[in-house]
Amino acid sequence: MNEIRTHAGMNDPQRASSPAEAPTESTSLLLRELVAHLRHYRTQLRQEWARRITGARLLTAMTDEEIFAEATSVYNNYVEALETGTLEALQAYARNLSERIIPRGVETHEVLGIVLLLRDVLARSLFSKYREDFTKLDRILDAYEPAANRIANTVAVGFVQERERVIMEQQEAIRELSTPVLQVRERLLILPIIGVIDPQRARQLTEQLLKSIRANRARVVVIDITGVAAMDSHVANHLVQTVEASRLLGATVIVSGLSPEIAQTLVNIGVDLSKMTTVGDLQGGIEEAEHLLGYRGAQSRDIAEAEG
Amino acid sequence: MQVPILKQGPFLIASVQSALSDADLLQLRDTLVEQVGRYRSRGVIVDVTALDVMDSFSSRTLRDITQMIRLRGAETVVVGIQPEVAFAMVQLGLTMEGVPTALDLEEGLAYLNQEIRTKGNETERHGR
Repeated sequence: MNEIRTHAGMNDPQRASSPAEAPTESTSLLLRELVAHLRHYRTQLRQEWARRITGARLLTAMTDEEIFAEATSVYNNYVEALETGTLEALQAYARNLSERIIPRGVETHEVLGIVLLLRDVLARSLFSKYREDFTKLDRILDAYEPAANRIANTVAVGFVQERERVIMEQQEAIRELSTPVLQVRERLLILPIIGVIDPQRARQLTEQLLKSIRANRARVVVIDITGVAAMDSHVANHLVQTVEASRLLGATVIVSGLSPEIAQTLVNIGVDLSKMTTVGDLQGGIEEAEHLLGYRGAQSRDIAEAEG
Repeated sequence: MQVPILKQGPFLIASVQSALSDADLLQLRDTLVEQVGRYRSRGVIVDVTALDVMDSFSSRTLRDITQMIRLRGAETVVVGIQPEVAFAMVQLGLTMEGVPTALDLEEGLAYLNQEIRTKGNETERHGR
């Protein structure tokens, strides 16, 4: 009873033509036949594939020779994955390939495109081979399609993962570079901010600044935002909070280099800037800071006076 | 837990050792305000280095202490607020307006010494 029920479950109408064979055995048999076919015609099929890639204007960053060379090794890996059913080797190859082609500006849609093209080319060749015997073609495709889809999936996922890894690395690098807290004089720190400030970066900036104030025993901090193009109310409020938190640690904060646009935005959105000391540019900020620290600033007008 | 108050020259130093209950804070306030007069102190330092939390009551009490002591003729400075505590306070809106702050005890003493000197200079000038 059990046996029959299982069989009834497995046999959907499309597979009705091969009820006698156990499905796994027949699949592996068919795959072996398939692999033999692909091995036999590999030269034509590879050429056809490379031609279709060029025709579809994919991988434009690479020369025809390179495309053909990559096509050859992808093809071999592909057939091997079909034969063995294991994807590890292909995964490793896909990762390696991605590492090589990502720096050359190859896009996700191109990689996906070439893998799907290969699938098409191979399916087309199977069609022409088994044109006479539709039952057999049906079974061959049953065996081929899931394996081919899995392979396409593996390659695409490998590429995207590699890409994400690169992006993550770059983000990490940018994050580390983006918050330098520099000591210019004893008790005087400078925090130049360049680029876009998002909430996460703002938070990180604050943490870093407060820690540096403690570590360097800073009394005055100049936050220079000359390099910041725009600022929304969230970031502006965060800046105010940073100024207040620094004061609680006993440090005075001077903000320098507010651009006209930011000044307008801040006034328009009504951020309370009364607690902030703002100075036009970084030079002015440092002069003000030195004044607060009690250094006799060698300002240009002093020199002029001394000379005059 | 009571806060020990040390007399150091013209200054009083209240060094908070552990988390304080509201009653402890009020007692600290009363003691400081009383002792400033008794020792004729010129300044008070409240060291909160050991605190890892600062709520609205403690920051309000610190502000009260500062203002009361100012009325008694001395200056107060709060020292040693931890970076995390500072940021948490600001996010809660506890910015302690009007309360002078300094990094640590040493900076606090430097601040008070400078305050005294400025005041002294002013008196001198008036005297002349």
